[in-house]
Amino acid sequence: MATPGPSYAVGIDLGTTHSALSYLRLADERPRGAAQPVLPVPQLTGVGTVEDRLLLPSFLYLPGEREFPPASLALPWDKDSREIVGELARSHGAKVPTRLVASAKSWLCHPGVDRRSPLLPWQAPPEVQRVSPLDASARYLKHLADAFDRALGAGAAAKALARQDVVLAVPASFDAAARELTLEAAQRAGLPEVVLLEEPQAALYAWLEAAGEGFRKQVKVGDVILVVDVGGGTSDFSLISVLEREGELELQRLAVGDHILLGGDNMDLALAHALGRKLEGEGRKLDAWQLQSLTFACRVAKEKLFSSPKLGKAPISLASRGSSLIGGTVKTELLRDELENLLVEGFFPKSALTELPRTARHTGLTQLALPYAQDAAVTRHLAAFLTRQARALASNEASLRVGGKAFVHPTAVLFNGGVFKADPLRARVLGVLNGWLASEGAAPVRELEGAELDLAVARGAAYYGWVRRGNGLRIRGGTARAYYVGVEAAAPAVPGVEPPVRALCVAPFGMEEGTQADVPPQDFGLVVGEPTTFRFFASSTRRSDKVGDFVDRATERDDLEELAPLERALTSGEAASGLLVPVNLQAAVTEVGSLELRCLEKGGKGRWKLELNVRMKE
Amino acid sequence: MTPEPIPFFARLWLAFACFFRMLFDPALAGRVQPVLAAGAPAAPVPKAPAAPAIEPPERSHASGLFVLSMLQREGRLLDFLQEDITSHPDEAVGAAARVVHEGCRRVVHDYLSIEPVVGDAEGASITVPADFDARRIRLTGNVAGQPPFHGSVKHHGWVTKSVRLPPVPVSGDPLVLAPAEVELT
Repeated sequence: MATPGPSYAVGIDLGTTHSALSYLRLADERPRGAAQPVLPVPQLTGVGTVEDRLLLPSFLYLPGEREFPPASLALPWDKDSREIVGELARSHGAKVPTRLVASAKSWLCHPGVDRRSPLLPWQAPPEVQRVSPLDASARYLKHLADAFDRALGAGAAAKALARQDVVLAVPASFDAAARELTLEAAQRAGLPEVVLLEEPQAALYAWLEAAGEGFRKQVKVGDVILVVDVGGGTSDFSLISVLEREGELELQRLAVGDHILLGGDNMDLALAHALGRKLEGEGRKLDAWQLQSLTFACRVAKEKLFSSPKLGKAPISLASRGSSLIGGTVKTELLRDELENLLVEGFFPKSALTELPRTARHTGLTQLALPYAQDAAVTRHLAAFLTRQARALASNEASLRVGGKAFVHPTAVLFNGGVFKADPLRARVLGVLNGWLASEGAAPVRELEGAELDLAVARGAAYYGWVRRGNGLRIRGGTARAYYVGVEAAAPAVPGVEPPVRALCVAPFGMEEGTQADVPPQDFGLVVGEPTTFRFFASSTRRSDKVGDFVDRATERDDLEELAPLERALTSGEAASGLLVPVNLQAAVTEVGSLELRCLEKGGKGRWKLELNVRMKE
Repeated sequence: MTPEPIPFFARLWLAFACFFRMLFDPALAGRVQPVLAAGAPAAPVPKAPAAPAIEPPERSHASGLFVLSMLQREGRLLDFLQEDITSHPDEAVGAAARVVHEGCRRVVHDYLSIEPVVGDAEGASITVPADFDARRIRLTGNVAGQPPFHGSVKHHGWVTKSVRLPPVPVSGDPLVLAPAEVELT
């Protein structure tokens, strides 16, 4: 008997701070819009207490041997669980930071570290067990898979998540290496066949699904939609244009922004630090635990002030850790002025279009903590994105009429991420954009309404699973970057001077899923018995390079970014005798959305995939 | 026939009510005392084939203790109740009350749906129908004659619409309401 096909299209949002899973029953033969269910995820919320929550905090806590009573960490599907994922990991981990794994996703796309080696919790003492960023991500996915199997799979292998159409959302700014590692994490979690989708696209899919046929009233041909996605830990921008082809509407993803480690958590932390300083000025010293609860209290106070515009301030009471509550409680308040100054002006200032983010251009290779954004101003990052893409698009996309404009003019904005529940922040972004547009005589943008900010990515990803089966409108776009391998230019050797590197384009911008490109023959060879390494570069702005084109001085350019190298070691069993096997390169974008580089033996049958070496060259 | 077991929150309420009535109603206290002394009321007890195992009180009240531990974890309720508040100024008590209020309120809102028994505003006139439920409405003042009664709402009451409390952890000791925290350096 043939194995039954999938019953559900499942979308997973594997976020930096929260994860969620949504599903769409294929048998219903129609999308459910805003009614599409989100899976309640059982997770430990206290020691010995398991509860359902719609969001799974992306935190992993690695307890010591005798830290908790026996069986108190049991999960419905694992009586002997020895690890904590989710709510309890986050709340208890605040008191034991050396055993808490957080922001695994940001580490997963950090090229400066070996992402397959156990290095988290970062700076944990030596006796604490550690896991790799890849492992941590795999555990969150495994937890979601177990929850799904228990709720909907009824314990039958044929109904398990692994058998469903699973779409996993990743930041649009993830490069080929981070995407590859995400797929590897899914594999480790027992999900060998997931498909990747960019998060801002997922947000737009969720909006399309919720709007139903009504979306045609809100978008029209010629629109350029800017998706502004500020999550818990990262900010992500995408431009999607609305075109017409053969009388049908078509959506095309034009460009994506760079990876910016800046999100809602930074904002709450900024408020907490400001209030902490205020308390210190009054002579009250806060310990690390109190700072943590202050951060939480600030989030609550922030939401209160943003949702009731008439309140001038929100009171904050911080309990001491000891049992003396009345004597030990520290009292303060968050004033509206402070909120406006710190959040609205600090993270969303009214900046000019020409004001670019301040960068202490990090040295990449030597830096070892997470490369947080140096400039907290989301609006300046946005200006940089729109102006850089205008230059890149001007020569290529005539239909956009970008020529002569200082930045890409969006006509509509879709917000995503819990940060934008605050009306004043959405209004500020729109205001700043409209200021820029007015300066070039363009009409103001409009906001795409009805966006759901917290669960849109999971919902939209599930809906994409449905769209992939030939329903509804699909966003086209292909790869968001062009990819290159480094070729050392022939030059006389000078001691101490690195020979200049030229970048050979192997995959052009916008390569679609399921296509491949042969690189014109070069003199590449794999050496039998030792690893051959290719330096690997990407660009999010070089849209016109074709396969086989060369870019000079690859290491010195602003529009090329070096990624972790690609490697392949041939064993003598794999290749015919002879020390050097001459090869041609071929790039392919797989159906699931990952980039694969292969070596094809010249005049032979050998075919080898180049593997990602996740560690940057020192 | 043994009476149906009374749910926890009803017992909690009953316990409060009993406390005050025993304190202020000597006649009632006099009637209750023999009942307490004799244990169960003198209802005809059917001969059970085997005596059911008697649960220790911390087991039969485990759910109540668990709710208390949640109110402590989220809202520091026990810390607040165990502390002597007479020596502290109102300002400090107020600041602590915010912590208790915010956390306990979260527990109540997350795990229970609570709403007024009667929808009418306090002070409004209402009619109590003939078939009213004496468990939901308590008559006070000039209680005489036959229903329907006419009166004004003094307190709209509270009733739980749904209970979403998690099960009591089987691995824990119900007597421990909050573990001690020892920070290692």
